[in-house]
Amino acid sequence: MRNETVDVLIIGAGASGAAVAWSLADTKMRILCLEQGDWPRSSDFPSASRDWEAQQSEDYSISPNRRGLAADYPINEDDTPIKIANYNGVGGGTVFYAGHFPRLHPSDFRVRTLDGVADDWPIDYRTLEPFYALNDQMMGVASLAGDPAYPPKEAIMPPIPLGLTGEKLGKAMNDLGWHWWPSDSAITTQEYQGRAPCINLGLCGAGCAQGAKASTDVTYWPEAVRARIELRTRCRVSRIETNSDGMATGAYYFDPAGQERFQPAEIVIMACNGIGTPRILLNSASERFPTGLANASGLVGKNLMFHPYAQIRGHFDEPLDGYRGPPICVWSMEFYETDPARGFKRGYSYQFSRGLGPVRTAINGLADGLLPWGEGHHAAFRRLFCRSAGMVSICEDLPEEINRVTLDPHLKDANGIPAPKITYRIGENTQRMLDHSVARGIEILKTAGARDITYRSPLPYAGWHLMGTARMGKDPRRSVVNEWGRAHDVKNLFIVDGSIFVTSGGVNPTATIQAVALYIADQIKTRIYDLFS
Amino acid sequence: MFSLLPAVDELTGPEQETLRCVVSHMIPPSEELGLPGATDPAIFADILRSIGRDLPALRRSLQTVNEMAGGPLNTLPSSEQSAVLGTLRSSHADLAGILETVTVRCYYRDDRVMTSLGMEARPPFPLGFEVPQGDWSLLEPVRLRGKIYRDVD
Repeated sequence: MRNETVDVLIIGAGASGAAVAWSLADTKMRILCLEQGDWPRSSDFPSASRDWEAQQSEDYSISPNRRGLAADYPINEDDTPIKIANYNGVGGGTVFYAGHFPRLHPSDFRVRTLDGVADDWPIDYRTLEPFYALNDQMMGVASLAGDPAYPPKEAIMPPIPLGLTGEKLGKAMNDLGWHWWPSDSAITTQEYQGRAPCINLGLCGAGCAQGAKASTDVTYWPEAVRARIELRTRCRVSRIETNSDGMATGAYYFDPAGQERFQPAEIVIMACNGIGTPRILLNSASERFPTGLANASGLVGKNLMFHPYAQIRGHFDEPLDGYRGPPICVWSMEFYETDPARGFKRGYSYQFSRGLGPVRTAINGLADGLLPWGEGHHAAFRRLFCRSAGMVSICEDLPEEINRVTLDPHLKDANGIPAPKITYRIGENTQRMLDHSVARGIEILKTAGARDITYRSPLPYAGWHLMGTARMGKDPRRSVVNEWGRAHDVKNLFIVDGSIFVTSGGVNPTATIQAVALYIADQIKTRIYDLFS
Repeated sequence: MFSLLPAVDELTGPEQETLRCVVSHMIPPSEELGLPGATDPAIFADILRSIGRDLPALRRSLQTVNEMAGGPLNTLPSSEQSAVLGTLRSSHADLAGILETVTVRCYYRDDRVMTSLGMEARPPFPLGFEVPQGDWSLLEPVRLRGKIYRDVD
């Protein structure tokens, strides 16, 4: 049975798919979104259960390979030191992210001009600024205006609390004369558009049972569905079809019963993240597009960027916030902009974090040799629990073609679609940045009076940020989509997720992914009468 | 047909005995703090129920422990058990990590243990927790330093 043709088919209901769907709703076009997962249920989130910590390593694990649920597809991670973290369902990664919501900086869009590395973006901070602001309104961002690390931006509601942890680390940063500021957080600190304020559950990274954290299933999607966008869940797209004119005609997908169907569409928008999007494009190879769809440049899947993380934590003699409160409270942009004296180009941000629950305290303490077996276990545990604080550095990853997503020749998902294979190594520049961030992080913690300082670099299970695998640019030989998100090779195919990032910056990308998605939606609306010319 | 064999997704009796021996060395009871050990019947039953996705890795860990012990670990004198487990932790940190994870994720959610740590034995939602705002005036030196981002225009 053939489905009715829609005007716009969006593939993926995560951060970018939700934003582009909502923005296009006012065109009154018939818009359909296909999502491989389901709606999350907040009553099922770990914070509503006694085994809230254990669930984070089971069905609410950040690793799709660990979860192995019906919504998940396997990922071959054998050839990467950084493993993939994601959530497959309505809301996508925003269901599991911490709500830490920094923007890219103006310099991030001009890295070739300023620092001689990678490429400049074809758009700039000023172009995205109104879309950042709109997105902040839609998501509900808590912040404190006046951060000297950014151009001025409006605060919508008060920031999340500094707490004892933010105070402790903030004082240390003041002693060192280094920048710090309360994080922009996509977490409501007051009643906001029908959402309740944060009650400090501490489990932002496993779904917010309170609904205070801005995942798109509680922000954009309710608005979009009210505007008659159709969201069809448990529908996994396998490939995009094209016609003899080289235009996309729609997508094949597997419905909830496992039946393969074809969904015709006039416009196709990919919003499947930096791995899911190249996976589908590469799996859409045909006689017309033998190396994969929209891949005349050969760059689909290449230039994969993560943000390699280093984690540095210490312990204090006095109690801190522990497991209470949004885990990330403060950021620092002290080492964000390039300084040649540091021995690397570009930079990194820190996100300062509160403590851990008792189970994670024990697991880390045992792994770090701070918590013995047998006699002494209980006393040592009490020196660690609710007395830890620290930070992770988020290092800018430069694009390199050898870091890539390809299709695994053997591994397939439950529908028989080839699984993605990740090939990735940490570049020299990034490694120097990681090392620098560990040394400075230890310095900060020592200044704050910490003992028993430990670090992990790189953090293995931190492949959250998936960028660069279908990059944006004006030159079709060196990019996959143009400066407003349309594929160079297929004039009714758009990409709006992190795949199109030219560079990664050194901050969490969700705010930028969504701002870019809103910008592309605006371009589609503005150019609607000559969209395919 | 009814079978007395354990389901394939559970540890066998001998595997359970090896695990019980391991966890007794890991987290003993504390008379001073009034705390149960990890072999407490309720806690150990929770551990067995909650192995989940770690079953294959846990089985490999227990098998390695017994191979290092030259037989079932629980048949050795206590001091020799300790020596075997010490070697395991230093030479097979990954396998020791599995044993630790399956143990502590149940031990540290036991009501008695949580209460002794000053926690309320409840899920975080719906009551949530209090976090102090903190002293916002600490940001004054950061403001005074002024803009630190690069101009690009």
